[in-house]
Amino acid sequence: MDNNNKLKKIIGPVILVLILAFMISLPLFAQNYTIILLRTILMYVALTLSWVLFSGFTGYTSLATAVFYGTGLYTAGVLNGVLPLPLLMLCSGLISAVLALIIGTITLRLRGIYFAIFTLSSVELIKHVLNWYEINVLGVRGHYVTRVDYGTVYYILLAIVVLILITTYLIKRSRYGLALSGIKSCEEAAVHTGVNATALKVLLFALSAFFIGMTGTVMATGMLYVDSIIAFNLNYSFFPTLMAIFGGMSSMFGPIIGATVFAYLQEYLITRSPDAYMFIFGLVMIITILYLPDGLVGLYVRIRELLLQKAIPQIRRKISGGKHANTAS
Amino acid sequence: MVLLINIILNGLLLGGIYAVTAVGLSLQYGVARILNIAHGEYIMVGAFLTWLVHTKFGVNPLLCLAVAGPAMFILGYLVQTFLFRKLKEKTPTPAEFEGSSMLMAFGILFVIQSIAIFLWGTNIEGYSYLAYSIYLGDIRLSVNRLVILIAALAICLLFYLLLTRTRTGKAIRAASQDPDAAALMGININRMLALCFALGAMMAGFAGMLISLVYQLQTNMGMQYTIIAIIVVVLGGLGSIPGSLIGGFLLGILGAIVNSIEPGLHMAAYYLLFMILLLVKPSGIFGR
Amino acid sequence: MQILQVEGLSKNFGGLAAVSGVDLQVESGEILGLIGPNGAGKTTLFNLISGTIAPNSGKVIFNNEVISGLKPHAICKKGLVRTFQSCKTFPGMSVYQNVLLGALFGSPGKISREQADVETREILEFTELAELSDVPAESLTLEKQKKVEVARALATKPKLLMLDEMMAGLNPTEVAESMELVRKIRDKGITVIMIEHVMKAIMNICERIIVLDHGKKIAEGTPEEISKNKTVIEIYLGE
Ligand SMILES: Nc1ncnc2c1ncn2[C@@H]1O[C@H](COP(=O)(O)OP(=O)(O)OP(=O)(O)O)[C@@H](O)[C@H]1O
Ligand SMILES: [Mg+2]
Repeated sequence: MDNNNKLKKIIGPVILVLILAFMISLPLFAQNYTIILLRTILMYVALTLSWVLFSGFTGYTSLATAVFYGTGLYTAGVLNGVLPLPLLMLCSGLISAVLALIIGTITLRLRGIYFAIFTLSSVELIKHVLNWYEINVLGVRGHYVTRVDYGTVYYILLAIVVLILITTYLIKRSRYGLALSGIKSCEEAAVHTGVNATALKVLLFALSAFFIGMTGTVMATGMLYVDSIIAFNLNYSFFPTLMAIFGGMSSMFGPIIGATVFAYLQEYLITRSPDAYMFIFGLVMIITILYLPDGLVGLYVRIRELLLQKAIPQIRRKISGGKHANTAS
Repeated sequence: MVLLINIILNGLLLGGIYAVTAVGLSLQYGVARILNIAHGEYIMVGAFLTWLVHTKFGVNPLLCLAVAGPAMFILGYLVQTFLFRKLKEKTPTPAEFEGSSMLMAFGILFVIQSIAIFLWGTNIEGYSYLAYSIYLGDIRLSVNRLVILIAALAICLLFYLLLTRTRTGKAIRAASQDPDAAALMGININRMLALCFALGAMMAGFAGMLISLVYQLQTNMGMQYTIIAIIVVVLGGLGSIPGSLIGGFLLGILGAIVNSIEPGLHMAAYYLLFMILLLVKPSGIFGR
Repeated sequence: MQILQVEGLSKNFGGLAAVSGVDLQVESGEILGLIGPNGAGKTTLFNLISGTIAPNSGKVIFNNEVISGLKPHAICKKGLVRTFQSCKTFPGMSVYQNVLLGALFGSPGKISREQADVETREILEFTELAELSDVPAESLTLEKQKKVEVARALATKPKLLMLDEMMAGLNPTEVAESMELVRKIRDKGITVIMIEHVMKAIMNICERIIVLDHGKKIAEGTPEEISKNKTVIEIYLGE
């Protein structure tokens, strides 16, 4: 039994390290197309993990992902050529984080669905104002972004994903992880037990925004051109949310798998039939919410339990010749 | 002076549409506690159905009510019965239901919108109906907007009578005020919820018809009307039809003012107003 | 020495004066009972003192320091902690984690993880919850959940503990156990204010009782005095 537990603890990290080693070596032998596909997948994995970092921990559904991702894209356009890429990423990460601090400070006292629709509206507000500003004040729409080769972008995204995973892991293990589960399960009690819930939530929101903003800037280098409408697209808020819900949030694998499946589906379908993608997307969302309370992870756990329940008594019966079959719990 | 009168008139004309847009959402949230983010999609479908029937068969768009309304009624009924009701049975607490039903509404939004794109594409569509103006002195009135205002008022009045004067309406209101007591009195709550959701969707269909009379249509236009509907409900109070009318007119006048100053910013102004409203009433924007 | 002073505290909900002009003093080391009919404003008074809601007027002085206006987490860190009438443990977390959270975040000043673990175990022993350490809080009986809440509060090392109907819904044996626990807590030097409808418990363990009705303090005194007070008897016997 003890051995079994140890194995379980090791197996997750081992799988992650193997996947990571594989991913690092991939550009050496993979085709260009694969790298481009993986770039999209990594981008969604980064967004989804960042979303889970805040919303999964606190239980507040944020639809502000597009604000921070858009900020990343847009900053890359505005500051194109001014700063080298690493500094640019840092810069847009920080701008996104500051935006998150502002949005978080004024809204995190709102109840769940109000927080969700507030963040949703903030995407649209920024989009409309920027769009108006571009047309009426600047007189030009959009900005150009210098291209960076796919391989580099791929490695940067991979690094961001690893960074988010490590951050999540460290927070989960720390005392703040405990405080966050307290906030999620009963915020009022947490607050009366000495947890500064507001500060914690706002900081986590900013941290998550930081990663999202950086991801946006990296991705901008592959788009060549950004304007307000392209950058602040609500889908960037919806997609990570669904990917996380679909994958399940009780394990870090959930969001990764959810994002991978849908990013792949999107790459495959978006050129062929974008409405089919949206349709599947919506349908899966409905089905997941109705029938898969903890997404794919929950499904996996349930299936495993079912198998164990069936398998263990059978094995015991074999061992003990059926005598103690009814003692299996 | 003329400018002011024009603004107010335009605001009132716009407000009529906004009121009809909001009434359905108000009913759905008031009774079923579902923040139906997909509300605008029903409006969009209502608008496209009107456009379709009008341009294909030459039917007077106002009469397309008879198509858009019932179609949305059925859709709403099915959605409540097969999706939200199931979800409610599985969700332990009302607060959780509020959250997950909103997410599910997002899913429904995507499904409806993708089917609409499949059927009607992503181009801007539209037709013109009574597109001319009459003048009262210096004041310009566009005829189709006037028609819309009258139609909107009539729709709201009929809906009001339906809810206050008929037995079904009274049952719905009883169910919304005290579900347990209503159930004890022999009211079938599930049927009432489905009915009220369906009626809300039907009102969205009507709103779509009205919108198609003056505005261009696009399959992605739903979200903006959802937001407008939510703002109007916040302004006018939840579950009150006269309140929706007042809220609609207030927002319409605000829209007309912004439009006269800086046309490109009127949606931004709506969003800003919405966010401010959320912040000043954090205890719950839908407080009764 | 007085550990808590409340001066002219008032709170209105719309037209309703839930708490109006309440003054009270709490002596360090005593067990103070707070009673009153349903809706008298007892829980609201707790909410005001612990920072859950802000008062319309009046102030709260704890340990010679004005605490009204502070956030609940800050008040908790100063050593004033409360439990909830509708029991609020952390579902989805084990009993141990529930209490550990209190030790880690509620204690004044910083505390190391090891120290917090030690204290958590001590308190689980003290409240006789040690065997239930790994059980998820939500799967416990009401009585045990209430105990977990008390344990969590104790883990924050309070000077003043406010218990909101800790004994409601418990059977006589459990009530007796709870009374014993409250005494033990006081013997550790922690001042206790308890809201209770279970008269036997209140009369037995409180040194002093305060009676609220319609948001106002209407009587104050020893259990004997209160049980003989005419206004109190009238309220409890109904006119
Ligand atoms: N957040 C609130 N909003 C509006 N009214 C409230 C709120 N909290 C309490 N009240 C009202 O204030 C009054 C006092 O309530 P409170 O909960 O303090 O009573 P109580 O003495 O604790 O009663 P009980 O013995 O039933 O717990 C009640 O009439 C209650 O309805
Ligand atoms: Mg109470």
